[in-house]
Amino acid sequence: MIKTFDVTAIRKDFPIFETGIAYLDSANTSQRPRQVTGAMMEYFEKYNSNIHRAAYHIAEVATERYEGTREKVRAFINAASTKEIIYTRGTTEAINLVAYSWGRRNVRPGDLIVLTILDHHSNIVPWQILAAANGAHIEFVDIDERGELRQDQFRDLLEHSPRLVAFGQVSNALGTINPAREMVAAAKAAGATVLVDGAQGAPHQGVDVQALGCDFYAFSGHKMLGPTGAGILYGRRELLEAMDPFQSGGDMIKTVRIEGTTYHDLPWRFEAGTQAIGEVIGLAAAVDYLSGLGMDSVRAHEREITEYAYEALSDIEGLTLYGPPPSRRAGVISFSLAGIHPHDLATIADRDQVCLRAGHHCAMPLMTRLGVAATARASFYVYTTTDEVDRLVGSIKEAQRIFK
Amino acid sequence: MSTGTAADDQFYREYILDHYKNPRNFGRLENPDITHEEDNPLCGDVVGMDFQIRNGAIADVRFHGRGCAISQASASLLTERLKGLPLEDAKKISKADVLGELGIDISPARIKCALLSLKVLKVGAYGLADTDEDEE
Repeated sequence: MIKTFDVTAIRKDFPIFETGIAYLDSANTSQRPRQVTGAMMEYFEKYNSNIHRAAYHIAEVATERYEGTREKVRAFINAASTKEIIYTRGTTEAINLVAYSWGRRNVRPGDLIVLTILDHHSNIVPWQILAAANGAHIEFVDIDERGELRQDQFRDLLEHSPRLVAFGQVSNALGTINPAREMVAAAKAAGATVLVDGAQGAPHQGVDVQALGCDFYAFSGHKMLGPTGAGILYGRRELLEAMDPFQSGGDMIKTVRIEGTTYHDLPWRFEAGTQAIGEVIGLAAAVDYLSGLGMDSVRAHEREITEYAYEALSDIEGLTLYGPPPSRRAGVISFSLAGIHPHDLATIADRDQVCLRAGHHCAMPLMTRLGVAATARASFYVYTTTDEVDRLVGSIKEAQRIFK
Repeated sequence: MSTGTAADDQFYREYILDHYKNPRNFGRLENPDITHEEDNPLCGDVVGMDFQIRNGAIADVRFHGRGCAISQASASLLTERLKGLPLEDAKKISKADVLGELGIDISPARIKCALLSLKVLKVGAYGLADTDEDEE
């Protein structure tokens, strides 16, 4: 039996709920507890200084805390070494780093890149740019009627020996939980390099990158109770060692001479310029917070809320749900209402202080595939309550009353 | 903050909903002198307009499209205003005019929805003006 936590107590850590909002947009960005903002404020107010270079005490503290996040993140995703933990601005920058530093050198004319129709734009566009630059081509794995990836088609594509396979652990638009471990194993067996977009995975399911077996794993701090501007690229050490720098300049070098430059060791080789120090320190507090709750408990709570919401929404006439049944999805529910555009629903919900996403969720190929221009989306996290779901149902009924 | 009760729902006033559910001048014109369509990829709103021009004035107009209540009602309202209007006057219709006609407070997030039909008119009308000059 997985222990669950007291949501009422958790919400006291999140001052934003004192405003009275019902926040149902955590797949977009999460809220942040006092522990995270407090750790950041402590840095800004007590030891604000630059890292890796100054010879005074507060800079030593800053460096220590900044580097300390790396070990916490390493443990959180069970990487083999902190050398494999690269700080980025977020998932988007992490994927761009791989597309640039690994992709430009390793993807050759005629190579195949396999992506999926569920992917977020951040796991599509960098590969499109790479494919155009290096003469590769891209194939997309389709979904079935439940919104789950067609594994038969995926296996067929693997027969063509793709150079790279990249897919999301969890779909941000439908909540589909992909069988990541099986997909990585099959792709590796086919000789592909594999990147898993963990933006919706790490915050909600957690991850063990060694068990998963992928070459790269990318995720964002701001979707897991941390601040914006601090994300992570995990890369297997032997791949990272062989990769060219991404951005270059200060802090990523060993020596710079007029004749040429030698680069810093891992992981700093990929961290050029002054970093988001306060944000990285905040990320450590977010990891601590989630670890304190336990990722199994996080998942159990989200599943409870998702099942509650799925059932409540299923009862509403004229409401169409997209994606798999609640037992096979993360805390994300996309839906549409007959005769009411998602933006109109979101505007009406906003009047009730219900924060709801409406749009294409940065997954336009998926929207095209589903034959819709946009959907409404509710997404949940550790602090979500059934009361917030009830308020969403109230807003939907109000919208139906107005538009009837 | 608003409590969202029915009576105060000025954003979705009766006439806006009426224009959304019963759009005026909806459909297509046969052999239009100009036709133009624009979309707003962020929310998937689409508005297109067909114009028939006689003696420099908009003799007839129809719009088509899909999307939220604001984009579609705004297009419907605009077509009512355009019928019979000299093209030069139509070109002068401003953003403020369109928002004023809607008569509601539009949040920054919805401005693009409200002004999509005006964009169709402007691009369409100026395109037509070019054609006219070519013919002369």
